[in-house]
Amino acid sequence: MIQIVNLEKAFGDNHVLRGVSASVDKGEVVVLIGASGSGKSTLLRCVNLLEVPDAGEIWIDGVEVTAKGVVKHEVRRETGMVFQQFNLFPHKRVIDNITLAPKKVRGMSAEAAEELAMELLRKVDLADKARSWPHQLSGGQQQRVAIARALAMQPKVMLFDEVTSALDPGMTGEVLNVMKELAADGMTMIVVTHEMAFAREAGDKIIFMHDGVIVEEGPPSQLLVNPQHEATKEFLSKVL
Amino acid sequence: MVLVNFALDFNKLLAQAKELLDVIAAKIQNIINFSLIYSSFPKLLDGAKVSLLISLCSVILGVSLGIIVATGRLSKFWPTKAISSAYVAFIRGTPMIVQIFIIHYGLAEFGVTLPAFASGIIALSLNSGAYMGEVFRGGIQSIDPGQTQAGLSLGLTPFQVFRYIVFPQAFRRVIPSMGNEMVTLTKDSSLVNFIAIAELTYRATLIASRTYEYFTMYIGIAIVYFAITFALSQLLALLERRMGPYDSDSKPGKGLRR
Ligand SMILES: Nc1ncnc2c1ncn2[C@@H]1O[C@H](COP(=O)(O)OP(=O)(O)O)[C@@H](O)[C@H]1O
Ligand SMILES: [Mg+2]
Repeated sequence: MIQIVNLEKAFGDNHVLRGVSASVDKGEVVVLIGASGSGKSTLLRCVNLLEVPDAGEIWIDGVEVTAKGVVKHEVRRETGMVFQQFNLFPHKRVIDNITLAPKKVRGMSAEAAEELAMELLRKVDLADKARSWPHQLSGGQQQRVAIARALAMQPKVMLFDEVTSALDPGMTGEVLNVMKELAADGMTMIVVTHEMAFAREAGDKIIFMHDGVIVEEGPPSQLLVNPQHEATKEFLSKVL
Repeated sequence: MVLVNFALDFNKLLAQAKELLDVIAAKIQNIINFSLIYSSFPKLLDGAKVSLLISLCSVILGVSLGIIVATGRLSKFWPTKAISSAYVAFIRGTPMIVQIFIIHYGLAEFGVTLPAFASGIIALSLNSGAYMGEVFRGGIQSIDPGQTQAGLSLGLTPFQVFRYIVFPQAFRRVIPSMGNEMVTLTKDSSLVNFIAIAELTYRATLIASRTYEYFTMYIGIAIVYFAITFALSQLLALLERRMGPYDSDSKPGKGLRR
């Protein structure tokens, strides 16, 4: 479903991605791990073209999104993303945060968009907060709204970039549970996280990145239990 | 005893104060010719209307231009950036009266002869556009880039992100400084009296030079300008309360109604 081929990206002299190749099957949950600065976010952001890679290809559902002439915002409709800092729109109520893109991008009617939004809010267990303002919600609640907002575009893949890192410890569970449910529903997901328990439980495949390359990948049972490379072992010894 | 003494002193003091006030009032009546104000009231009212109309048109055009200039300066496309930056630098670096003269008298040499009223509005709008542009640029830049990224990640076009996400937040944030610029512009509108637009200052000058009642006339219109800018400030404060920045630190219940 997603193929990443020899991806390269530099910021000035800083070569952040140095030939990254990976693939994600439909319905698969891929967990991306690695030390801070290893290029995980950059890789994720390349998939929805928030960053434009310098070289290499990305294919989503048989379409090369890195090809010339591809319209970026059309690619991004199909790739939902959730950020560490939630990034809810503070000037819009919860429900309007969710309906904005379906209305403006998909051309959905206000009624249809609101119906969809309410369904998604029920799914993340926040139906009673539809009329609230983002700042009235806790971090965990805001992040669940952000997930609902991304889902409202009915994307083919969901990208999660350390979505629990900014949360108080007590709130990570509610967000991870929503993600687990989503995984169980068959959503294709790429998840950057330091939550190894989540990786073990929900991940189909774990990719370990180090200094802009993929050092090792495999199912959790293999990579977490029996890592092959020194860098992987060292990283895991710190986070496990 | 002490109390009685004090009461007497106090009465004396009051009497003295009243005397002083009477003297001042008499002086003011000497300096300010109230009957002149009364008789020139219709003319001044007309002038105030012109001033208001010019200010209103220029504020609307200035704000619109300011938004365009701000996006121009923030654009990644260098010609747009260069043109808007040069424009802002020119306006900020030259006297407003000179700008007014360039538009009204200078352009006439190239066959562009505008009615004074139009020249005045154009010059004020161009001037205000540059300052408003800086206000909006600051506002737009103050919005967290995460907002743009979230918008883009949903598949909105860059224009939609600006229109629905960045700009509405920036606008709320700049209401106070935008208000300052509006007040400044309203006061500066008096400068167009130099190209013979029959606005408030122009009419006051005419009457004053005929009657030699300079103090009366200029104090009179100063009060009128103050009343206008004061009302404008109150209006903007109201707008700010209605739709102030909606950040986490704003109190619940206070804030915008859609
Ligand atoms: N927009 C950017 N401009 C310049 N450097 C960047 C930018 N984004 C990321 N980097 C750099 O790229 C490197 C990798 O960053 P990132 O992909 O965020 O790593 P990770 O998510 O694994 O912590 C870091 O050195 C970071 O400073
Ligand atoms: Mg990161």
